[in-house]
Amino acid sequence: MNDLPETASQTAGPYVHIGCTPNFAGITGVYDEDLGARMITGDVSGERITLTGQIFDGTGTPLRDAMVEAWQADAGGLYAGQDGADPHFTGFGRCACDQDSGAFTFETVKPGATPWPQGGMQAPHITLWIVARGINLGLHTRVYFPGDPALETDPVLGRIEHRVRVQTLIAEAEKDGVYRFNIHLQGADETVFFDV
Amino acid sequence: MSDTKIPQGGYAARQPGHHPVALYPPYRTSVKRSPQAAPLSFPTSMGEESGPVFEHDLLGPLDADLLHNFAQDGASAIGPRIIVHGKVRDQFDRPVSGALIEVWQANAGGRYRHKKEGYIAPLDPNFGGCGRAITRDNGSYEFRTVLPGPYPWPNGPNDWRPAHIHFSLFGAGFAQRLITQMYFEGDPLIWRCPIVGSIGDKSAVERLIAPLDMNRTVPMDARAYEFNITLRGRRQTMFENRMEGL
Repeated sequence: MNDLPETASQTAGPYVHIGCTPNFAGITGVYDEDLGARMITGDVSGERITLTGQIFDGTGTPLRDAMVEAWQADAGGLYAGQDGADPHFTGFGRCACDQDSGAFTFETVKPGATPWPQGGMQAPHITLWIVARGINLGLHTRVYFPGDPALETDPVLGRIEHRVRVQTLIAEAEKDGVYRFNIHLQGADETVFFDV
Repeated sequence: MSDTKIPQGGYAARQPGHHPVALYPPYRTSVKRSPQAAPLSFPTSMGEESGPVFEHDLLGPLDADLLHNFAQDGASAIGPRIIVHGKVRDQFDRPVSGALIEVWQANAGGRYRHKKEGYIAPLDPNFGGCGRAITRDNGSYEFRTVLPGPYPWPNGPNDWRPAHIHFSLFGAGFAQRLITQMYFEGDPLIWRCPIVGSIGDKSAVERLIAPLDMNRTVPMDARAYEFNITLRGRRQTMFENRMEGL
């Protein structure tokens, strides 16, 4: 079997918005709308939620030039493209962080539980992928939801050896339907990132 | 396609040596933006093995033509006209069709159309700098654009990026998500660049350098560069959680 080397990653750089969210960058008239701008496209099933947060560097300063992508199952635990998945939900979101506050926001639905290949279920979660100037390889992490009894048996959370770090993957219920998930790239509160 | 009949398991693990390190102090922004803890591995599940699907109807007629997709009627961007083309395949040499590729770049003078960019080289009123394409059944893609210029950046006191085009790729699974940069054959800035230097393996850098492709050059119109991209591949699956043959 041929095993070709994967093409090397490089940083997305500070101008990632030109290519990935050109309308956000002020380059209008090329694409109708930025890719991933809407995750909900119609009468979606499930609980609508807002996921928001900021990404902090090792000095505690929010990144204002990052781009975050979200990929998740629908309320029934199915990913877009799977048989029976919600036709009004794309599962994919893309957000350029706010150029002043660094905030990212996704208007989405709370995902359902999804199966684990070796059996059992994974707790509901949203995968986030983070790229920015200074990040040489995009960072994968997961957002879980507070108070969910399934957190106890989630197979990925169960792999985290340093148990104090589990809470870095659990969003905070800010108010009704709004979850905050702050990401720390480096330091004492460093978020768990995955080599998937 | 016959590929879809191959039983597919999880994605093959990423080889760290094929990628840049997170902390590479000569690229100064990486110092405070690199995680210190080791990343946590786990076997891929449906969330990593699936991803958003983009159909060809996403694309407008000029999306892959950066010479014209931001230009006034009858005008085109200024600079050396080039075709950038290639194939996307996976690690097991299977073509990756239906992959969305997004590109962005500076204009011929090295100026990006972005409000945070302050380089004195002027904007080209007929050049936006973004484009996208979806790979065909054989994994091939093609863009038309101008050769981007090198540009200075605030890293070291006199650092210049080599001419480059940024590439973002979606494969079939979110685990394949990749952003990279393509460089141009023979550019003497490549081996001086700290962003390039974040990749320790010289051959991994060489695979980011697109050779001039005179065979695809259109005489009296545009030169061509060939940039082939390899995404992660999926291993054969274990059958009902038993090793095959056991």
